[in-house]
Amino acid sequence: MTRRVAVTGIGVISAFGRGRPVFWDALRAGRTAIRPMTLVPEGSFRFANAAEVPGYRAADYFDEKEAGFLDRFAQFALIAAREAVADAAIEFDFALRENTAIVTGSCVGGQNTQDEGFHGLYALNNTRFAPLSIPKVMANAGASRISLEYGITGPVYTVSTACSSANHAIGQAFWMVRSGAAEAAIAGGSEAPFSLGLLKAWEAMRVVSPDTCRPFSRDRHGLILGEGGAMLVLEPLERAVARGAHIWGEIAGFGMSSDAHHLTQPSAAGAAKAMRAALTDAGIGAKEIGYINAHGTGTQSNDLTETEAIGAIFGADRIPVSSTKSLHGHALGAAGAIEAAATLFAIHEGILPPTANFTEPDPACDLDVIPNTTRAAVVQYALSNSFAFGGLNAVLVFARVDH
Amino acid sequence: MSDELIARVTQVIARTQHIAPETVTIDSTFEELKIDSLDGINILFAIESEFDVDIPDDAARQIRTVRAMVEGIDKLLAAKA
Repeated sequence: MTRRVAVTGIGVISAFGRGRPVFWDALRAGRTAIRPMTLVPEGSFRFANAAEVPGYRAADYFDEKEAGFLDRFAQFALIAAREAVADAAIEFDFALRENTAIVTGSCVGGQNTQDEGFHGLYALNNTRFAPLSIPKVMANAGASRISLEYGITGPVYTVSTACSSANHAIGQAFWMVRSGAAEAAIAGGSEAPFSLGLLKAWEAMRVVSPDTCRPFSRDRHGLILGEGGAMLVLEPLERAVARGAHIWGEIAGFGMSSDAHHLTQPSAAGAAKAMRAALTDAGIGAKEIGYINAHGTGTQSNDLTETEAIGAIFGADRIPVSSTKSLHGHALGAAGAIEAAATLFAIHEGILPPTANFTEPDPACDLDVIPNTTRAAVVQYALSNSFAFGGLNAVLVFARVDH
Repeated sequence: MSDELIARVTQVIARTQHIAPETVTIDSTFEELKIDSLDGINILFAIESEFDVDIPDDAARQIRTVRAMVEGIDKLLAAKA
């Protein structure tokens, strides 16, 4: 059985704030959400800016007891899932609950909870650890809590492949719905990386920009960390049409690869292999792609390598490419999910979000990067790239559905 | 650039890279020593600890030889003194 798979629900909590509509507005305006960090002590890092969820208060979404059971990253997962399910207006009756999958991505799980607990032990000389820490830290906390919320008893799990986590998660869910292994899916990712400990580790990697994220610019200086969550509701296109659901777009293909090259240095061959695999899975040629949402972290090496990989697949064709990380930051294990939403925005609205903060072209990144301003374009097929530390690559193909 | 400083820097590089100290000289390039980007940030971290200095990202990016590393540390120590 091979079915077409529609996206009928989108939920996003991001550096633009609460909900898909504010995310849509920001993409439409090409507005960046990179601002001074507030969640960690000022002046403690070589970098000062980040893409935090602004003014986030758990109490706006959860009662006190519920919030106490969930790390910030799992809260983001649940908030995004609730919005996506409401948006899809899908009814989880008994049969559907039995046959729905939930696949989430997270790179670092509940490490705010872990950081706080370790601080208590090492710095405050506490002798005990909060008893909820284990279920709050586990990377599947978000997926499990979504399953509890809707009584979903199908395949539920979490993928942790660093910055490719959410693309791997969405791709797995897509394949399950396409093959009939699941009748519907909630898939995406969430991340909340702003703890002192983790940020210090990122600082030591020397890949975080001291000012902002300028993907593909000659003067790019690295990535800007972000947080948030995004979830999609996937279901067979035929059923979505039959029940009159609003369809944001279709997932048409998924491809993955491993570089087997280096722990942190990316490889163009590995990235190209995943893009090629995604096109093959979708059964389309490179010529049919009208937009690429790049991994585009803004580091020297990612952007160079990704340019080379895009060149290997698309040759001299100048496919519009943008990195929306310049807008919403790099949300690590949630990145692919937030960028899936941005790619669906592009194909649904006919507007390509820009690569913001762009200053000057880099001859070594000779792409049409949609610098700084949005562009109107009807796109039938779009790619969304995620390439992780550890050399793990995951690429999704999205398609426009006319209705 | 004292001999003592050169010795300390080369020792930190050898120790971090898990190579024989005599293979690291003032004229070695990182490429010769097979120091890639991830090794590089590891060495910078060890050097910062050894000399109690903070090496800015921009300066760190330029360092591709042992000599450049020693000269950079020399400047940072002079600024600290």
